[in-house]
Amino acid sequence: MSLTLTPALQTPRPHLRTTSLLRSEWTKMRSVRSTMWTLVAMAIVVIGISVIGCLAITNSWATMSLGNRLSFNPTGFALKGIVFSQLVIGVLGVLVMSAEYGTGTIRATLTAIPNRPRVLAMKAVVFAAVSLVVGEVLSFGAFFVGQALLRSPAPHATLSQPGVLRAVVGGGLVIMVLGLFALGLATIIRHSAGAITSYVGTILVAPIIIQALPSSIGHPLMRFMPFQITNVMTSTNPSNDIGSAFSPWVGFSLLCLYAAIALVVAGVMMVRRDA
Amino acid sequence: MIEVRGVTKRYKEKVAVKDLSFEVKQGVVTGFLGPNGSGKSTTMRMIVGLDAPDEGTATINGKSYADLGVPLREVGALLEAKAIHPGRSAFNHLWYLAQSNDIPRSRVDTVLDMVGLSDVARKRAGKFSLGMGQRLGIAAALLGDPGVLLFDEPINGLDPEGILWVRNLLKGLASEGRTVFVSSHLMSEMALTADYLVVIGRGELISSGSVSDFINESSGQFVRVRSPQAEQLATLLTGFDAVVVREDDGALAVSRLSAEAIGTYAGDAGIRLFELSPQRASLEDAFMELTRDSVEFHGHGTQSAPTNDTELLAQSVTSGK
Repeated sequence: MSLTLTPALQTPRPHLRTTSLLRSEWTKMRSVRSTMWTLVAMAIVVIGISVIGCLAITNSWATMSLGNRLSFNPTGFALKGIVFSQLVIGVLGVLVMSAEYGTGTIRATLTAIPNRPRVLAMKAVVFAAVSLVVGEVLSFGAFFVGQALLRSPAPHATLSQPGVLRAVVGGGLVIMVLGLFALGLATIIRHSAGAITSYVGTILVAPIIIQALPSSIGHPLMRFMPFQITNVMTSTNPSNDIGSAFSPWVGFSLLCLYAAIALVVAGVMMVRRDA
Repeated sequence: MIEVRGVTKRYKEKVAVKDLSFEVKQGVVTGFLGPNGSGKSTTMRMIVGLDAPDEGTATINGKSYADLGVPLREVGALLEAKAIHPGRSAFNHLWYLAQSNDIPRSRVDTVLDMVGLSDVARKRAGKFSLGMGQRLGIAAALLGDPGVLLFDEPINGLDPEGILWVRNLLKGLASEGRTVFVSSHLMSEMALTADYLVVIGRGELISSGSVSDFINESSGQFVRVRSPQAEQLATLLTGFDAVVVREDDGALAVSRLSAEAIGTYAGDAGIRLFELSPQRASLEDAFMELTRDSVEFHGHGTQSAPTNDTELLAQSVTSGK
């Protein structure tokens, strides 16, 4: 047995290249089935809810009360699935990192790339790109499919109406940022179950607890909740639909801040802890 | 070359490695020997930068692991079996590592071929046996064609043919001028594979040096003698400062005298000898003796040490060399 030195191996570059690291992360992400299944699940949730909801509205419009007809928002209705897809993207964001820790792959990764914040950054970039593309495709898909299924006399929306384009684009954006938040949590917690539990706790359980509080305390807190921020972002007329809330882009900035804090803490902890 | 200088590692209250220093030279196989839980894996993880030492430094070719520009081209490490995502194929596991360090795709196929996993390269690694997992780990270590290689317990889970393959692989890598550092808790295996040994117990260095020095220094040699006039012979040899111990089968174990001297004295005194055989204590015995006080987890099932087994090991070690 002899080792053959291939020419490329004899003249290594002195440093790891960012493009190489991004390709490596992409290979890692696409080469496990959980990625594809999670994204398929997300597509079913987002598109499926739009299809079922809009078909139901078209069929039942004639028998709907006047109040329901007046408050019906065709854009927000078609994007209802985004709210549920928050959970799915969270699971994917957790798995792309916790699976490395759970299986021990992280040690192979870190021997190949000793700079840990760089590993996290590369993973975040690739994950952000994938989740943004998928999020936008699904958000626009849900919107167009939903509007196509809404038949007169039920009203339907077009992208040129006020707030509609922002709501649809925003649907994809919140999916990406929530996924990054989950990725940060998973890097801090390092266990799939624990990370998914704390993500679900933040997204779903915390708003329920806040709602149970006296409204004088609960009301001002609610607008800080990621769940509320997503609702605002995917609504064309949030001040009407939702009570106390930040404007869509202020809320979105806050969401970005949450994800950034999670990722920075994650990076610091990666450096400080043994792998 | 790997240099470990005054490394100490604590996990909460427990000291895993204590002021450990040693060197691993290129061109030879250096065995890293110690009982389970003695700090071998911790030390190896510190060398490749996964764990940070509390004190001291570990360097590879004079640099700390984090300062290696393209690490896989300089260092390859097998740290644990089956540290692979069960849903990812062997090829993709190696391919993502290769991509990160700008290693060409053809090299992935080459190492898969070297470890004999080409046929199952596209299968999900979750279905792999422990031995196949080890082979994949070895392939990952060889990926960047590095000059420094670390293997933590590489023969675990391998069948006899696999063990022989690893043995030859390690020797081959060393003969090409590479630095090869391999840990094991099996002294007998190290005796067949390694040229140099670093022995630790409870995280502290017990001994280091060449395998042959190690055997000579850490255990006495003796000569086994059988004679119909055993009593007379024992008295005679004791007179020449020998230490004589009567064994269970009536033979004498004589130390501090060579076989030649014993034969000469017996001949001069007219004592008949039926057997005169120099014995080497096995490496396993030497290892047991060295680490007796530093074994972390003692079994309490059986009482005495199995002398017959160590005899057998002694024979297998000497015949194997």
